[in-house]
Amino acid sequence: MGEKHVDAVIVGAGWAGSILAKELTEAGLSVVMLERGAERTTQVEGAYPDSIDELRGAVRKRLFQNLSQSTVTIRNTIDQTALPYRQLAAFLPGEGVGGAGLHWSGVHFRVAPEDLRLRSSVIERYGEKFIPEGMNLQDYGVTYEELEPFFDKAEKVFGTSGEAYKVQGKIVGNGNVFSPDRSSDFPLPVMKDTFSASVFRDAAKSAGYHPYALPAANASRQYTNTYGCQMGPCNFCGYCSGYDCYLYSKASPNVNILPALRQDPRFSLIPNAHVLRVDLDSTKKKATGVTYLDTRTRKETSLSADLVILGAFQFNNVHLMLVSGIGKPYDPVSNTGTVGRNFVYQTITSSRVWLPSSTYTNQFVGAGGAGVAIDDFNSMNFDHGPLGFVGGSPVWVNQAGMKPIAAATGAGGGGTPRWGSAYKDALINTYKHSLGIDAHGSNMAYRDVYLDLDPTWKDAYGQPLLRMTFTWKDNDIRMNQYVVSKIEPIARAMGATKMNLVHLNPGQPFDTRKYQTTHLGGGAIMGENPQTSALNRYLQSWDVSNVFVIGSNAFPQGMGYNPTGMVAALAYWTAHHIRTTYLKSPGPLVQA
Amino acid sequence: MPPMEPTLNRPLRRSFVKGLVGTTSFWMASGSTQWTESLAAEAVQSYQPTFFDMKEYQFLEAASDRLFPSDHNGPGGKALGVAEFIDRQMQTPYGHGENWYMSGPFQQGPANLGYQLPFVPRDLYRKGIAGVETYARQQYGKEFTALAAVQQDEILTALEGGSVQLGEIPGRVFFEQLRTNTLEGVFADPLYGGNRGLAGWVMLGFPGARADFMDWANQEGAPYPIGPVSISGETA
Repeated sequence: MGEKHVDAVIVGAGWAGSILAKELTEAGLSVVMLERGAERTTQVEGAYPDSIDELRGAVRKRLFQNLSQSTVTIRNTIDQTALPYRQLAAFLPGEGVGGAGLHWSGVHFRVAPEDLRLRSSVIERYGEKFIPEGMNLQDYGVTYEELEPFFDKAEKVFGTSGEAYKVQGKIVGNGNVFSPDRSSDFPLPVMKDTFSASVFRDAAKSAGYHPYALPAANASRQYTNTYGCQMGPCNFCGYCSGYDCYLYSKASPNVNILPALRQDPRFSLIPNAHVLRVDLDSTKKKATGVTYLDTRTRKETSLSADLVILGAFQFNNVHLMLVSGIGKPYDPVSNTGTVGRNFVYQTITSSRVWLPSSTYTNQFVGAGGAGVAIDDFNSMNFDHGPLGFVGGSPVWVNQAGMKPIAAATGAGGGGTPRWGSAYKDALINTYKHSLGIDAHGSNMAYRDVYLDLDPTWKDAYGQPLLRMTFTWKDNDIRMNQYVVSKIEPIARAMGATKMNLVHLNPGQPFDTRKYQTTHLGGGAIMGENPQTSALNRYLQSWDVSNVFVIGSNAFPQGMGYNPTGMVAALAYWTAHHIRTTYLKSPGPLVQA
Repeated sequence: MPPMEPTLNRPLRRSFVKGLVGTTSFWMASGSTQWTESLAAEAVQSYQPTFFDMKEYQFLEAASDRLFPSDHNGPGGKALGVAEFIDRQMQTPYGHGENWYMSGPFQQGPANLGYQLPFVPRDLYRKGIAGVETYARQQYGKEFTALAAVQQDEILTALEGGSVQLGEIPGRVFFEQLRTNTLEGVFADPLYGGNRGLAGWVMLGFPGARADFMDWANQEGAPYPIGPVSISGETA
């Protein structure tokens, strides 16, 4: 049995874990947060100039999961043998204190309200037959109105910069006309448009669309948040995604929550602690705590707890549920079970536009969360009837600071040279005079796209790797092609001298070798029916009621927006219901 | 001016500088062309490869200079120190593949499922260079470094195209490893041995470790006016 008892144990020191730890200590609970990676603070590991070293940072992947210890296997279809993801490329999960919340960009969206009830919304407009065979389209079981106070709370913790459209029913600014009502404005004024973003804003407007500034958890000015944690103004240094911000400008658990939490005697953080399993009692209906391995001493420790919060990265949460026996594993053949079901991604392609050679886009200037977007082709904001697909994409210029190694290794291809003198000419011209436009789209869930345990490969601790079965489906390919076609008139209005519009093609399998996005989702989704969701609408396991599972694993579909804002709101939503209801009477918050 | 403060006219003693360049805590008061050139010249003269033998090292110099040739834009891979960069990388956790999942079984599959060989970068280079030399002798009767640029380009093109197997290593895999590390050596901070004189960054117009564009979020498409600085304070 356990050596030590705490009220709550939290797995993972990213946004989800840190938010729950803050909320539960505020409620008077003793909390231990276990993080399998190393300790990280801005003043040590994030200090300038080491923090802005591209080779050490994004190229050698300092802040990302060390695959030598644990990875996943991947296949495109059920009849293939999944093979290990041996080198980080397509997606980059975080590791260490702060998790992916330390190396993220900072794009901080709320949610398109209709994405929360996408199944209902599609059926209301187009009928049930509109949903393709094999697509597991589902509602979240929670509404925007219910989540609004928690989006608001998260923005005030993150120090989010933005421009509102509507506050308490009144149009207040030049924000996103498709965005829902807000109870209060952004805590910080909008970030400046980079030159590239301003060109996109003007062109999108002239093409008849509705450009808005991306909401950014990059501080546009000095800010002290709800917890007394301080941020400094962003200087557009361009080292957000893949780096820890040396200026305290990009929100992270390390900057915005942990400085307050670390002072609380009820809280303790244990780094280098790899959780092997959630321990269950003989009924398999109650968790008794967790067992973790100190990765330096290799010593196993069991910690007993009344409440277990899984706040690891999306697929690591699913892995822990599977290896611990929480809930029933999903089986795509019999279409039963829920853990591993509705594994989703995002459908993202990046196009490029060249401006005249007298114009310098200075792509190294940028902020990860800043940019200008349009939502005219996102969510349910346009008529899908004649198009015959579900989903959509925001389109944006999000100049986040293009570094030279990333620019050089990604340059060439598609019929143009990848080395030699002609490559050098093109690389230099592209670096100086072009800009990128992304279609950052949704990805639907399908019966034969899922997560389970691999039968062959194991991690460094002897546990089976998680297996992903994933490829692109016709619905999402057609959505991507449609939205990318809308970029052309915008590029023309920019005065493009050349453009390279990139979209997915039919039959194109998911390629693990090229970075696409780290916005993985689903696998342990929230919902209203225990037959089709692993978690209830409070992110509580239907099967083991003292386990809550927080993260993008809860998303039934991959949304067009970046997921962190939604994860943070769900974390505060869950915490609120634990504090106000669960702690008074522990047990299921929804009867199955 | 206090008498003991180092200035550009009366620089610090050379041995002191040598002890500090390459450490990330050192920040020179300023930089000058003379410093840049003398340090680069010293690096070229004194560097002895520690992983590669001289033949392998010369292969890296030659191949990196075809992948990233000297031309009207600026220097090529050889002058930029790419070979030194790659040699030094072989001594790091990266060279040993310590961040790659290297547990078996090793089973090949479709290319889009990614790298599945049991070799870390040190193995890929040792086996890959030997394989290219064998191929060069078979096809042209000479070793790679003895061939004309046009023939070296033919070999690199064949490797990139995927038609050549280098013993246990597919030519395409070796080519991609070499291309990636060459471009890293051209554009990484010079503290890793490449990008000599910051010439890689000068070609691209990248300002290096400045990391402060408070006034440059939007200057209406004007070129950024300040040249690059490295982490150790070298400028160009």
